[in-house]
Amino acid sequence: MLHRSHLYGVMGEFASPEELIHAVKRVREAGYRRVDAYAPFPVEGLSEALGLRHSLVPTLTLTGGLLGGVGGFLFQFWVAAVTYPMNIGGRPLNSWPAFIPVTFELAVLGAALFSVFGMLALNKLPQPHHPVFNVDRFSHATTDRFFLCIEARDPKFHLEEVARLLQSLHAHHVNEVEDD
Amino acid sequence: MSKQKHHEDDDGVLRPDSQVAPRRPLDLAEVRRKLQSHTGKQYWRTLEELAPDPEFEELLHREFPRQAPSEWEDGVDRRDFLRLMGASLALAGLSGCGRAPIKEAVPYVKQPDGLTLGKPLFFATAMPLGADAVGLLVESHEGRPTKIEGNPDHPSSLGATNAFAQASILDFYDPDRSQVVSNYGEIRAWSEFLDSAQASAAALKATQGAGLRILSGIVASPTLAAQIQALLTLYPQAKWHQWEPAVGDGMREGGKLAFGTYVNTIYRPEKADVILSLDSDFLGSGPGHIRYAREFSRPRTLNGSNDSLSRLYVIEPTPSITGASADHHLPARASDIELFARALAGKLGMGGSVSRPPAAEKWLDAVAKDLLKHKGGCLIVVGDHQPASVHVLVHAMNAALGNVGSTLYYTQPVEEHPVNHLDSLRGLCADMDAGKVDTLVMVGVNPVYTAPHDFDFASMLKKVRNSVQVSRHFDETAEYCTWHVAESHFLETWGDARAFDGTVSVIQPMIAPLYHTVSARQALGAFGDKPGVSDYEAVRDRLKAANPSADFEKSWRKTLNDGVLAGSAFAPMNAPIKINAANIPATNPAPNDEIEFIFRPDYSVYDGRFANNGWLQELPKPITKLTWDNAALVSPKTAEKLGVGHSVAWRGGEHGKINSNVVDIELSGSKVTAAAWILPGQADGTVVLPLGYGRKRAGYTGSNKGFSAYVVRSSNALWRAGASSASIRKTGDDYPLACTQYHFNMEGRQILATGTLEEYRKNPKFAHEHTELPPKELSLYKGEAEFPYAGDKWAMAIDLNHCNGCSACVVACQSENNIPVVGKEQVMRGREMHWIRVDRYYANSASATGGNATGDPSEYNPTLDNPETFFQPVPCQQCENAPCEQVCPVGATVHSAEGLNDMVYNRCIGTRYCSNNCPYKVRRFNFLRFQDWETPQLKLMRNPEVSVRSRGVMEKCTYCVQRITIGRIEAEKQNRPIRDGEIVTACEAACPTQAIVFGNANDPNSRVAKLRAQQRNYSLLGELNARPRTTYLAAVRNPNPDMEKA
Amino acid sequence: MSAGQPPLDSPDIRRLTPVLGPGHTFASVTDKISAIVLTRPISVGWFVGFGIAFSIVGMLTIALGWLIVKGVGIWGINIPIGWGFAIVNFVWWIGIGHAGTLISAILFLLNQKWRTSINRFAEAMTLFAVACAGIFPLIHTGRPWMAYFMFPYPSTMGIWPQFRSPLIWDVFAVSTYGTVSLLFWYVGLVPDLATLRDRAVQKPAKIIYGMLSMGWRGSARHWHRYQSTYLLLAGLATPLVLSVHTVVSFDFAIAIVPGWHTTIFPPYFVAGAIYSGFAMVLTIAIPLRKVYGLEDFITMRHLDNMAKVMLATGLIVAYGYFFEFFMARYSGNKFDMFLVDQRLHGPYAPFYYALILCNILTPQLLWFYKIRHNVTVLFIMSIVVNIGMWLERFVIVVISLTRDFVPSAWGRYSPTGWDWATFIGTIGLFVMLIFLFVRVLPAISIAEMRELVAETSEKDK
Repeated sequence: MLHRSHLYGVMGEFASPEELIHAVKRVREAGYRRVDAYAPFPVEGLSEALGLRHSLVPTLTLTGGLLGGVGGFLFQFWVAAVTYPMNIGGRPLNSWPAFIPVTFELAVLGAALFSVFGMLALNKLPQPHHPVFNVDRFSHATTDRFFLCIEARDPKFHLEEVARLLQSLHAHHVNEVEDD
Repeated sequence: MSKQKHHEDDDGVLRPDSQVAPRRPLDLAEVRRKLQSHTGKQYWRTLEELAPDPEFEELLHREFPRQAPSEWEDGVDRRDFLRLMGASLALAGLSGCGRAPIKEAVPYVKQPDGLTLGKPLFFATAMPLGADAVGLLVESHEGRPTKIEGNPDHPSSLGATNAFAQASILDFYDPDRSQVVSNYGEIRAWSEFLDSAQASAAALKATQGAGLRILSGIVASPTLAAQIQALLTLYPQAKWHQWEPAVGDGMREGGKLAFGTYVNTIYRPEKADVILSLDSDFLGSGPGHIRYAREFSRPRTLNGSNDSLSRLYVIEPTPSITGASADHHLPARASDIELFARALAGKLGMGGSVSRPPAAEKWLDAVAKDLLKHKGGCLIVVGDHQPASVHVLVHAMNAALGNVGSTLYYTQPVEEHPVNHLDSLRGLCADMDAGKVDTLVMVGVNPVYTAPHDFDFASMLKKVRNSVQVSRHFDETAEYCTWHVAESHFLETWGDARAFDGTVSVIQPMIAPLYHTVSARQALGAFGDKPGVSDYEAVRDRLKAANPSADFEKSWRKTLNDGVLAGSAFAPMNAPIKINAANIPATNPAPNDEIEFIFRPDYSVYDGRFANNGWLQELPKPITKLTWDNAALVSPKTAEKLGVGHSVAWRGGEHGKINSNVVDIELSGSKVTAAAWILPGQADGTVVLPLGYGRKRAGYTGSNKGFSAYVVRSSNALWRAGASSASIRKTGDDYPLACTQYHFNMEGRQILATGTLEEYRKNPKFAHEHTELPPKELSLYKGEAEFPYAGDKWAMAIDLNHCNGCSACVVACQSENNIPVVGKEQVMRGREMHWIRVDRYYANSASATGGNATGDPSEYNPTLDNPETFFQPVPCQQCENAPCEQVCPVGATVHSAEGLNDMVYNRCIGTRYCSNNCPYKVRRFNFLRFQDWETPQLKLMRNPEVSVRSRGVMEKCTYCVQRITIGRIEAEKQNRPIRDGEIVTACEAACPTQAIVFGNANDPNSRVAKLRAQQRNYSLLGELNARPRTTYLAAVRNPNPDMEKA
Repeated sequence: MSAGQPPLDSPDIRRLTPVLGPGHTFASVTDKISAIVLTRPISVGWFVGFGIAFSIVGMLTIALGWLIVKGVGIWGINIPIGWGFAIVNFVWWIGIGHAGTLISAILFLLNQKWRTSINRFAEAMTLFAVACAGIFPLIHTGRPWMAYFMFPYPSTMGIWPQFRSPLIWDVFAVSTYGTVSLLFWYVGLVPDLATLRDRAVQKPAKIIYGMLSMGWRGSARHWHRYQSTYLLLAGLATPLVLSVHTVVSFDFAIAIVPGWHTTIFPPYFVAGAIYSGFAMVLTIAIPLRKVYGLEDFITMRHLDNMAKVMLATGLIVAYGYFFEFFMARYSGNKFDMFLVDQRLHGPYAPFYYALILCNILTPQLLWFYKIRHNVTVLFIMSIVVNIGMWLERFVIVVISLTRDFVPSAWGRYSPTGWDWATFIGTIGLFVMLIFLFVRVLPAISIAEMRELVAETSEKDK
């Protein structure tokens, strides 16, 4: 059958987190994979329902922490003992205990930066526009409404079937999401 | 003769004619021509000067007198003018290029030829002060004198100096110095003065000079004296009067009474085992005191526990430097000194009265016993403020004890013309009052300020038709004079002076006069028949006449080179006592006034002549630690009676601002208001009024500081005024005093280790009792391993047994290291900049116990009446484990390979963390822009070897790193190790007692290494393990065991 | 607390006021909070308050300008007291800056639900306090324009900072703390900014909030990563917040000055920081909930808990004071003994007694339920504690320096008008920023409130 290229997907609106989670579960059972849910706050169990795998964020954070910490210490050592060694109050050039506080701070800084900017990158944010914003009622997604969108990219996607499925799940509204 | 000629001769300075020339623009061609036309060194100040421009001349003149009536509208403000001056003076410096000043003055170390730019030359000269002159070596950079050192070959210096000598360099560059001749405050050219002088000379000749009077201070310059004598022979009727406000006549008159003639007494403290000082500050002031301090320190040197010490007894009304070094100090009223002397004379078996001051009971016997035990090896000295009778008694006692010829000897007076100054001045005033004085010439005196108030010199002066004052400042007297002639500083003119032992030194100029000034001799010469004779000629000719030798040129050069005329010291004279001392009538038979006021010269400003010297004003006075002010010093008990006291201000506090009660003092119908200061160890019922303050016309720095004691000083009570306790009253006001160290209590800490000879012999390591350096092994960091300091390891050792607190080191350091003067306000905030400070502690068992540590004397009253005084100079300790370096965030203070704690000014951002973490608090911070960057004279003065610090950076003692570097370079050039004593820090060089020793601790034969090896050697706060390179040798006193018992 | 919360009608309701007023829905919380920013008209009171704060900031700028022109000599500092108001205020502000991150991070990890409604403005307060604190280390240097020497940049001289100095540790600790707090705060803000974007009426507001929210659309995938980041940040911020005041305490503990050189400093500085931080949170929260009617969100439960935290940390601080004395005596170090003695009898003793009164005695009232639940008293007490903590820093910094090793160098310190102008100026800056904050950003985290609504509604089921 013909496939409408300008269609991003079909979106159903739900009133409560419970309805949303229930819907997500059913849709996934129906075999749809290109599915995303939208909620005004992190809904418990939603990730599991969508079958999201562990995020990359913790790994990134660890990397940042290690870079900051190890790099920080080595830098201090290089400065104090290698590139410009000076006799400071008779203390040894590599007075490592004195280098610990900075090492620690740099570790934390590295971890934090990697964590936040890593998260944004993975989320492809900032992203001023997205097709879902074309749905008028989607503005409620940041207040008290919960949305489920089955994307057209999904191999099983068929407009009527998807719409029917969502209605069967008592979605309050079902809209086509225009792509552009 | 032509004026032009005269000018060139007089000092080689080319002076413009002042006859009005048509105005014309500056003609550089002419400048060049003039420059070429002169062979030999010519000092010129400004281009205009070479191409005379009356406009500039005019401007030049107008600027000088501070009090100049603002009749001129085109006001040129001082700053602009000085900038102009500065630029031109700098030129003068350049043109100076290290060549010796005109008339071949001879440099001390090497001939001027082959001089390399940037290398200083040293010239020998001398600083005259009263009946003494301190031989100096002046460091000269490209023709600019920048630093004063002592002349080792000079008898009254022996290489050391005092605070006055060190500060004389600032006197010389003082921008407030009088700079031209003036008539009723109107600027005049020298030539105009010359004309008027010659005119009055002509008139005087007619009357044989009946109306001519000359007033001078003590004259110890043969040439100047010769000039005056010349005038006196020219004008037989003329009279020469003298007035030296801070030197007592008792000394002169006592000598005359005893020997029938004026004598000069010279002590040999190093030969004396026992010294008794009767109100004499022979270690701290007066002729020869620098040498005496050195000589006194010799028998007080301890190398091992079986060395012996000489013993010093001091009985005096108010603590002095001498009193602070005493083994036994007894506060007694000035009037009681005579009683004591008489009683002592009795004890020594010379008959006489036996009435004795009650306080001195136990003293007397012990002292007499001790003196008799050391017949011929003891010495009794007496202060010149004491009346003649006491001097006679002391002469007699010294003779009786057989000290004459061993520990002291007599010579003819150093003063060229000794007289009783009080009578002399009285006579002058009488003549002035009687209108007998037509022309009065005053040289180097300021009688309107210094004369006894009952003489009312100012109004006397009004009765003189033609009064001429020759002085360095346009001072109080100048205001009342017809003519004021700006006098040259000794660093810019030729002259000569006798040292305390008669040795003649030639004063040679380091630079051409900065301003239109002449020497006192020249100003007097203007009234004579040969006004043209230059100082150079005068000095040279007199010397030639005095010792005619085959090759005079040779001896002349040698004299200039050495700074002393060989063999010119007076020979000891045989002076038999002419009268029986016991029969001398008592000066003031046992006065029992409630309060006794005594007048004393000040340790900073002397009789007031140094009042405009910022270095001296900011120098903490050795005993009181006051700066910028004098105060009426009262003993703790008297203070209690009067109900006066201090309160510590919140800003600055103990280290800065003390609010003192103000008192009104009324004496002989004259009244002065002063701040009161409680001085421990002062005799009860005694109030000291230090002279020299309260100047009205001293200059920007010195005017209106403190109060003038001269105001209440009358001719019948010149040194001591008895009065009822009603004469001093608390006003209820407070006055803020700037005191750099109010807290004198060690709080039981091992700061300044002291002991008696007995203790030292029992336990030579007593200094290490309370504090011990942690062994190196205990250190977590193996610092030694990483920084071995194998090469030169600089260290300093300070022998507290020798330091008498004179503070010459402080000024020397200030001069060497371009340290700014911050002013009273900043000192009161605890922001003075001295790199080395001299701490003063009162040590006695009781004061070592806690207290609430505000340092308020009232808390220590029981122990205050006669404490032991100790001094401790504290420069940067140059710690090997420097706490300051560890905390600097930017590495602005780091350690050098030789163990110096270096300060990197341009890296410093001024967090002040280093200062907080310095246990010795020796770091100084530029809280504001303290350096004077405008005044050009001060730019000329600065040491080019030391960078001038800006606002916001920390600074501190560097062990004079610039001197170390110069020494190292020299040694490397000659490819040899640095010799011990080759590098001398400024403080070490200045120290009269050689208490400070600097050197290489790695060289076992260096003096410093030897001192560090002594058991008395200890580190200040050693337990902190900062491992200071500066160490101290414990002070050991030698009390008389008998007296301990008594 | 969150676990097993009893129904609202249980008998011991008196003890456990809920963390959220009854009957709130997702919409209602969103409306109420966003309304403060979007729809509510700017009141006269706000303008007056802001105006006053703004003029005080003007005074601050003058004070700083004069400081640059003349130098730190315009202050009361001297030798030996090289550090005065500047450092006292720095430590004080940094301490205040601790509550925010602490609340957001530690209480988050401990899963304390009651943090939800106070963390947002507590974090804002943290940032502003750190901003105020950050001013001082910079301006207290003699040559502020050279202060960049403290950062490790490749200079032509090849010279670097001196990493043994606690001041360098400060630079890194404070700047790290500032950065992480900012990130933490911003990450928390993103969903709310999206809400404001979607609810804003005026175009400019829409655009600005739109940019700030970076196109957040509440996707489950985003929430997934967002949560782990937020959790990690909380995890990172917790040791960080403890380290910052530890490092600040090193400024003193590492030095050898008697009264500074003691091992008790790190823990009791941290406790003191939390102490003053919570005091400041109360000082702000109490008027805030009153003026904007947020009693439902910032309930007595919150005030009660914060009061308890203050009481606890206050006791730790008291312990610290006690041990300063004990260690000085126990060590037998004559310098330390003398110094603690000075605190009791020295010229500055009154300050010390005032400090004891403010920090130890007064807070003991918090043992009483009635006190903890009397808003006015709590407010006054929070101010008292703020003053007390400032006094503590004054006592530590100044008194120790006035009486150190060599008696000849002892001195005193008293602030000048410029010292005061700078100090009060930063308070003005702080208040001004708070005023701006409550007008342009949601003072309470809306998203987290929705979560709270969700959970409470579940529980009600």
